[in-house]
Amino acid sequence: MIEFEYAAPTQLDDAIKQLTAAGDGARVLAGGTDIIVQLREGLRSADLVIDVKKIPELTQLEFCGEQGLHLGASVSCRRIYDDENIAAAYPGLADAVRIIGGWQIQSRASVGGNLCNSSPAADAIPPLITYSAQAHIAGPTGRHVVPVEEFCTGPGRNVLQQGELLVALTLPPQPSGSGSAYQRFIPRNEMDIAVAGAAVWVQLDKRGERIERARIALSAVAPTPVFAAEASEWLSGQPASEEVFAKAGELAKRVATPIDDMRGTAEYRTHLVGVLTKRTLATACERART
Amino acid sequence: MKTHVTTTINGGSVEFLCQPRQSLLEVLRDELSLTGCKEGCNNGNCGACTVMLDGLPVNSCLVLAVEAEGAVIETVEGIAEQGHLHPLQQCFLEGAALQCGICTPGFLVAAKALLEKNPQPSEQEIRFGLAGNLCRCTGYDKIVRAVQAAAQTPEAQSPGLSKRPGLLSRTTQTEAKSL
Repeated sequence: MIEFEYAAPTQLDDAIKQLTAAGDGARVLAGGTDIIVQLREGLRSADLVIDVKKIPELTQLEFCGEQGLHLGASVSCRRIYDDENIAAAYPGLADAVRIIGGWQIQSRASVGGNLCNSSPAADAIPPLITYSAQAHIAGPTGRHVVPVEEFCTGPGRNVLQQGELLVALTLPPQPSGSGSAYQRFIPRNEMDIAVAGAAVWVQLDKRGERIERARIALSAVAPTPVFAAEASEWLSGQPASEEVFAKAGELAKRVATPIDDMRGTAEYRTHLVGVLTKRTLATACERART
Repeated sequence: MKTHVTTTINGGSVEFLCQPRQSLLEVLRDELSLTGCKEGCNNGNCGACTVMLDGLPVNSCLVLAVEAEGAVIETVEGIAEQGHLHPLQQCFLEGAALQCGICTPGFLVAAKALLEKNPQPSEQEIRFGLAGNLCRCTGYDKIVRAVQAAAQTPEAQSPGLSKRPGLLSRTTQTEAKSL
């Protein structure tokens, strides 16, 4: 691996100063499961690697039914699904963090890192989009908040400017009658990258029969994970039925602009969007009723 | 510039010097001669380099050694104690759950972590729990059966999976290392 310096600041301000001073030679290390591979394989360079796991705000994981979820940017996948309350309140997110790599990866990999790596096939990003999660960013000029659905700007690219750091993600509290799910398609059972993925969040009426609101987001079918606005809006007021789920799947396909690659053809990926949207809608509605 | 790192490895305090670019795997093998930990893919796919880091299984190829400051690390060398194989090691031997052996240390460390979290896993839980470890020789059935067998040993039934003298009780810790 190339030579670089290492810093492990314990204060957010120090991290920002170090990030700013190192300019475009700075790389942030949380779980390291993407960045260490990228540095080793020469896909990214670094003069300074800044380990952010000693900064309290980035390691904070706090859940409260009324406030929602505060998810520090370096919190590992494992800490999320190990917390039964969080996994129960945000099952779509739990679905995703349980299938990112194997146990060894999940012990280190963070949802914040998954977002900052900004892969089109990221498993954790579509659920975050469906929860209307907010990304809290700190930088040399202060702090600001960006909706997760606007965070990624292209494959491996995002809104973070030089010197800026993702501090935390916040997810709104989950009202009763809401449910969520994430599914991806891979040719094996575990340890693979999505051919396509779909996340769904729904709010059902009191009787659990009609969809009041829904949000659908997709992975691996566009340059970034995408929010399927048209399909999501169409679902408002629709009955929670198989026919409606299938129609929403057809509408969701309209935002899919996939490429052909070794994981699948564009045609196949688009087909999968319909299937996965339908299935995750059914799961999310079932979870909303329990 | 080298950084001084203080860790606890297999119960003992260990200090080492390393460069920031060195992975924990490199340091364990090349600086500390703990060669039980294997380099397979060196990119986090195969799990041959699995070690316990502060109680959780990780791929040591995806950890910078400098990150280990203050950490508690357990490697495959620490699994056998006082010359006695761990039930998992015993069951891997008795069930021939290995062929070339490169993946075995990683499987043992991950399987031990699995049984400590879930002492009576189903076959599916074992397969998912060990999904981060690849074997390219024997296939996985013998490995899964060895883990199932280890879970049935008296040691596994009681709290804290401990070691037992098995058929190879004469095996010294040094020999166990060469697994």
